[in-house]
Amino acid sequence: MNVSSRRFANAVVVHVAGRLDQDTCEAFRGQLVGFVEAAAHDGGAIVLDLSSLEYVSSAGLRCFMLASRQAKAQRGRIFVAALQPMVAEIFQISHFNLVFQVFPTVREAIAAVSSDASDAFEKA
Amino acid sequence: MRVRFWGTRGSIPVALTTADIRDKLAQALVQASGRSFASFEEAHAFASSELDFSLTHTFGGHTPCVELDLPGDQYYVCDMGSGARPFGVHVLARQARRPATINIFMSHVHWDHIMGFPFLGPAYVPGTKIRIHGVHDVLEQAFRLQQSPPCFPVTFDQLGASIEFVKLEADKTYELNGLKVTPHLQLHGGDSYGYRFEYEGKSVVYSTDSEHKLENRTEAEAFANFFKNADVVIFDAMYALAEAISVKADWGHSSNIVGVELCQMARAKHLVLFHHEPANNDATLEGLLKEARRFEELTRGDHVLKVSAAYDGLEIDL
Repeated sequence: MNVSSRRFANAVVVHVAGRLDQDTCEAFRGQLVGFVEAAAHDGGAIVLDLSSLEYVSSAGLRCFMLASRQAKAQRGRIFVAALQPMVAEIFQISHFNLVFQVFPTVREAIAAVSSDASDAFEKA
Repeated sequence: MRVRFWGTRGSIPVALTTADIRDKLAQALVQASGRSFASFEEAHAFASSELDFSLTHTFGGHTPCVELDLPGDQYYVCDMGSGARPFGVHVLARQARRPATINIFMSHVHWDHIMGFPFLGPAYVPGTKIRIHGVHDVLEQAFRLQQSPPCFPVTFDQLGASIEFVKLEADKTYELNGLKVTPHLQLHGGDSYGYRFEYEGKSVVYSTDSEHKLENRTEAEAFANFFKNADVVIFDAMYALAEAISVKADWGHSSNIVGVELCQMARAKHLVLFHHEPANNDATLEGLLKEARRFEELTRGDHVLKVSAAYDGLEIDL
């Protein structure tokens, strides 16, 4: 699994690629904690770009849930964007679509963060 | 071996209401709109083959009680939820005045798992032998307590049956008339124990009131081993996954999705969703079943897992 990030004003887009399951969730969780802390510190939000996420298991979904709790506690926000069809279906089946704001594209998620973030994304 | 479900609901018994029945009838009439039926049989065939399960059935309302029907004249049953009352009626009818021998295996002693015992008819019949097996030290205390004044008019000592408590140890295999039984510790308030039953090459796992911490690989592997190649796994699927790991985390229950994942790891053959949330109606429970089946399809490797939802009256032959 590969994780990379890019900042657009007060939005941090975290790109997650590969499979997020019991084997990879702990490392991912460690990385995500740092991103959420940084975003909350700036009064911003995390956008999880899941366009390259091939599969997510219950253990992986739990990482998202813990990150969401952490963000709420620190007054930050997490948005989810660009789910592949299989991952989108798993979000529905597990009722995670009721817990997270899910956007069809990263562009739309960034627009929901702030106009500054949106401007920065369009200029990039 | 036949597995017979007498009680499948978690926490507290529920019953269909008048409004529920009217809703089912109205939805059935809408689905049949434009159709005409010349006879009761035709209408019955339509209801059986074309209407959703949630319209033609109910998942039922009794709390946990699951019988393993084996050859021989003894009875084997897991938990004494309110389903123990109809189970007792069944035993009395089958015994036709002959005293029965009933072997009970207790997951734990929370109220929904013991509340049926004071209504177990055979317990009042002299000559009946009841052996209550369990791992908890407080097993006998809990059964006696719920029949102590002022909670119930008949005390435990007034029951006609001969009742024996049999203390088991976790992860130790016992044999009882050819039935192998292994209890296994589960995560639940005050602890609970799942049971793996094996009889003549067939295996059934009864695993209710059990929460699974998803990030713990050792725990998952231990359960996959407990469920390994089981013909049937009866699994605590009280919540959808998002509920189970958010607002209801640490409540001691699990989800349909985790049931699929553990059974896939274990290469079990048939997952039966169990211990239904009392707040969920039949349509919601059918939705959770469909979601579990779809998740199994999406994540299937070379092993096909059958997924069902338990309901009061369900029988599974092995």
